[in-house]
Amino acid sequence: MYSVRLWSVRHSRRMEWLYNTFNPLVVKLLRGVVKVFGRRLDKPITKAEALAKGFFFDCKMCGDCALSRTGMSCPMNCPKTLRNGPCGGVRENGHCEVKPEMRCVWVAAWDGASRMKNGDVIRETNFALDHRLKGQSSWLKMARDD
Amino acid sequence: MTDRAQIDAEGLNPGDPLPMLPGHVSHGRFERVLRAGHFAVSTEIAPPDSADPDEVLRRAALFDGHVDAINATDGSGANCHMSSLAVCALLTREGYSPIIQISCRDRNRIAIQGDLLGASALGVCSVLCLSGDDVSVGDHPEAKPVFDFDSVSLLQTVRTLRDESRFLSGRQLDLPPRLFLGASINPFAPPHTARVDQFAKKVAAGAQFVQSQYCFDVDMAREFMARSRDLGLTERCFVLMGVGVLASAKTARWLRSAIPGVHIPDAVIRRLEQTEKPKAEGRRIAIELMQQLAEIDGISGVHLMAFKQEEWVGEIVTQSGVLQGRKPWAPAHLAHLKQPASA
Repeated sequence: MYSVRLWSVRHSRRMEWLYNTFNPLVVKLLRGVVKVFGRRLDKPITKAEALAKGFFFDCKMCGDCALSRTGMSCPMNCPKTLRNGPCGGVRENGHCEVKPEMRCVWVAAWDGASRMKNGDVIRETNFALDHRLKGQSSWLKMARDD
Repeated sequence: MTDRAQIDAEGLNPGDPLPMLPGHVSHGRFERVLRAGHFAVSTEIAPPDSADPDEVLRRAALFDGHVDAINATDGSGANCHMSSLAVCALLTREGYSPIIQISCRDRNRIAIQGDLLGASALGVCSVLCLSGDDVSVGDHPEAKPVFDFDSVSLLQTVRTLRDESRFLSGRQLDLPPRLFLGASINPFAPPHTARVDQFAKKVAAGAQFVQSQYCFDVDMAREFMARSRDLGLTERCFVLMGVGVLASAKTARWLRSAIPGVHIPDAVIRRLEQTEKPKAEGRRIAIELMQQLAEIDGISGVHLMAFKQEEWVGEIVTQSGVLQGRKPWAPAHLAHLKQPASA
């Protein structure tokens, strides 16, 4: 939901704290789950992630979550799905050129990052998305990656 | 005219590549001009809605002797025109130095990497990496937007092809494309404080020159450049500020409201309103902007966008004096195209 998404960016500091606190635990837990159940629980876990992140961030399940690096503003809500900052068409009021009723996700991202402890990572470049990951769980990806 | 002399001396055709100078990444004249420390002028050619090659050359001939590079736009405003690659190929055959614009809107990474190799093979030496306008603002709003890349990923891709001589997949290239790598900046749109960081990101991704959106606010440009200098960006990247030619107060107001990201101060619009000859005043404004921008430390050139006023580019550049008497190379053998057939 748009208003919740904006709330999440306003409270990016708290979101960052939640992420830093619980993400390692979730990944640890999922690592165990994956060990025991293999791929059998992938569907419900993915669904749970989609619901939770969908509620707070309008997550699009790109499969390669960047929220902690983008001020808690999901870049996939940009109509051009830009993952490295705003385009040149941001309106004077900070809204999107394609969807004038929506605040530019990158204006929100820089705003959110300014409140975060480790917000500076927004300055790093991210290479284009692997489109095979779409619809997959970032949590499971983290659990399986190492 | 030294380039011309060199071409004659070495028996090259106008479209043949120049020898690559030490420290350069391309064979192109545009990179040569910038690295030699000259103040450069680039402009934009509007690709025709036509399959006529002469129309492209006629449009390019308007700029002869006044600009160092010609940007071939890639479906600008998400409207359909002749492709930028084709326009560039027609121009390089005659010896022009075009800058191919590549937007991420219409092609995925397979098509774009293929086009980059093709462009280099056709003699294109400079590339401008853009995100691109969304399809919804153009004349085919029902089209599927691609955006497989964004501009930063595109820059990284060109750099991979050129410097590592491989595709993104890792497959080796027999000969890498020799491309001078460019990007766009817009210091005049929100989020204002992050715009310099955005510029820094593009430089980190490989941008060697940048061209900006229309600049009508010199104070804003000055402030942006001061912050860019502080970050050391101007030492790693040439900045060409965008200058527009306004035809009237009405066009200015339309640009400001209809094209997001274009910032025009009220004072500029007032000047156009209070004059009896708004077109001449618009050119006057462009000339003054060019002169003021040329004074700013770290600005290496201007990118003149004179949409539908291309015939005035020569006069504007001459009157501004920013080239300080330098005459950019132009193909002498195309003089017969100078006069449009309809004139």
